[in-house]
Amino acid sequence: MAEATLRTVPLDKARVLQWLQTYGVYAGVAALLVVNTVITPHFLSAENFRTQAVQVAPVIIVALGMALVIGTEGVDLSVGAVMALAASVTALYLGYGLLPALLVVALFAAAVGLANGALVALVGVQPIVATLALMVGGRGLALVLLPQLEDLRNPSLASLGSGDVLGIPYLILIAAVLAVLVAFVVRRTTFGRQLLAIGDSRPAAQLAGLPVRRVLIIVYVVCALLAAVAGVLATARLQASDPTSLGNLMELSAITAVVVGGTPLTGGRVNIAGTVAGAVLIQLLTATLIKHDLPPSWTQIAQAIVIVAAVYAARGRGKR
Amino acid sequence: MTVTKADASVTTANNEPTGETEPVGSARSERLSALIQQHGALAVLVLVSLVASFSFDSFATGDNVSNMATSSAFLAIVALGMTFVIITGGIDLSVGSLFALGGVLAAWGSRHGTLVALLLPLAVCGLIGVVNGLLVARSRLAPFIVTLAAMLGARGLLLAITDEGADTFLIGKGSFLAELGQGTTLGLGNPVWITLALFVAGAVVLRRTRFGQHVYAVGGNEDAAALMGAPVARTKILVYTLSGLLAGLAGALNAAWLASGVTILGNGMELEAISAVVIGGTLLTGGLGYVSGSLVGVLLLKVIQNVINQIGSLDSSYQQVVSGAFLAVVVIAQTWLGRRRQLM
Repeated sequence: MAEATLRTVPLDKARVLQWLQTYGVYAGVAALLVVNTVITPHFLSAENFRTQAVQVAPVIIVALGMALVIGTEGVDLSVGAVMALAASVTALYLGYGLLPALLVVALFAAAVGLANGALVALVGVQPIVATLALMVGGRGLALVLLPQLEDLRNPSLASLGSGDVLGIPYLILIAAVLAVLVAFVVRRTTFGRQLLAIGDSRPAAQLAGLPVRRVLIIVYVVCALLAAVAGVLATARLQASDPTSLGNLMELSAITAVVVGGTPLTGGRVNIAGTVAGAVLIQLLTATLIKHDLPPSWTQIAQAIVIVAAVYAARGRGKR
Repeated sequence: MTVTKADASVTTANNEPTGETEPVGSARSERLSALIQQHGALAVLVLVSLVASFSFDSFATGDNVSNMATSSAFLAIVALGMTFVIITGGIDLSVGSLFALGGVLAAWGSRHGTLVALLLPLAVCGLIGVVNGLLVARSRLAPFIVTLAAMLGARGLLLAITDEGADTFLIGKGSFLAELGQGTTLGLGNPVWITLALFVAGAVVLRRTRFGQHVYAVGGNEDAAALMGAPVARTKILVYTLSGLLAGLAGALNAAWLASGVTILGNGMELEAISAVVIGGTLLTGGLGYVSGSLVGVLLLKVIQNVINQIGSLDSSYQQVVSGAFLAVVVIAQTWLGRRRQLM
């Protein structure tokens, strides 16, 4: 009898927590939308939505890759550096045309991802440290290649950054297509299942005969490529290559979006829709604080609290 | 001079047992692996310093060495706290922000006297360390995400205090605080002596006290440590508190040295500190590490930085490339050596 009561109480609490973990991020986005509609002037304008969406698109793209890496119980701190590297390389090779420049960017990003993946999968280095090395080195390399901000005047790059189809900016379209693609890969492909199995338990995946090393390396390469896409898009939007500050703290924003979206840091589970919503939530929160003239310091403190709250709500989830 | 200092502190650790059980039939190669892991960084430091002093006339001068020692001191204090955290298997990414926050608080407090100037940063940064520790130990959240949030929050707090970074607080000339940061004793800056004292104390605490044993035990195997009756949660809370305190102190000393609380300091310092600790032979998986190694790691980073500055024609961003590559090489070597030791 006592046992039964003991069991029901935590069960209810667990149910609430589980609801929060799964739908909390959407509830948060909805709440912010409602609150802003009431308190923020000109919030419900197409112009404002467009601005917010264009700003959040690069974060979403980076967070998609981060979600995959976190799904394998890893983390990639080098994404911001890869964005900077993409910006430098774009500026250097833009003279040969946009497409060749993009190819070289992809090569550089793949090399960084390969290095990350090889360190994690082949050498067995912890993901935090492996990607830390690439984060420091990658940003350095970006600055060596292009020491200062450079304005870019290239019509095709400009149209990539500010053009649209039927009123929807390319940036948003690309982010949406990539999100659907990544969600499809996670849910419907063998690769996605293998990725989650590795995140659940690497030894078990190994014993089951899964190609653990190959999958891990591909995941880090994909993450770096997505970060490079975000870097190119951000550069296109700015119309300038800014290796000093582009992508600073991006790893933090991406990890926050993933975690707030209900993907546990312990791996084995990936929630792509939640990740997109997580990025939107943080963007809306920041925009709300800024629109009401709260200083950036408050934004940072608020973001810190959101991160801790999200991780706290997600604790005990996933495998133990 | 740099090398001698590192030498002295490493010898201390060398004479003491590593606290690790030696595998049966310890082969020569196994011992060699352990030796490289523990003293590899020192060998590289000696080598780089020797090459640098032959290559650049301005390297082995008294001024340059004393400058390097002082600029190493602040990072070394931060790395000392980081060593404790990493040995428990954790990580503290908030130290860079706490370093900057400590400096600003010290400069702000200096108008109310030296005592306030020193105690305020310690209290605030220590408190943030306690919160980090509580979230990691009691709520069982991942250390990197907790301290990442603290990094952001502390930076926000710093901006809030300084009117979004617009205010810079100065430390008056001739005060005890300024003397603490800028004065010299026996030719070396006071921060250097404070750092050395802290490292000796840190080594003693880690090697000779029950708390130190708990730190190793928690990092070696948390469950086993708990079964043996080690206070796992308390140990973790204490190491994060210690890391916060030391980062705040380093920031305060740095502000005293600069005579002002500079708000933009400490960016990327957590990475430097972690690199130094890892280069010094402390395993990121926890359970094995050396305070002296972290000091060597810091000196190595600063010597490399100095050499790159000496070359002159090289941009300072090369330094980041070299640091990143160096960290990768060290981590590969360590993982390889560690695996070798386990297989033996």
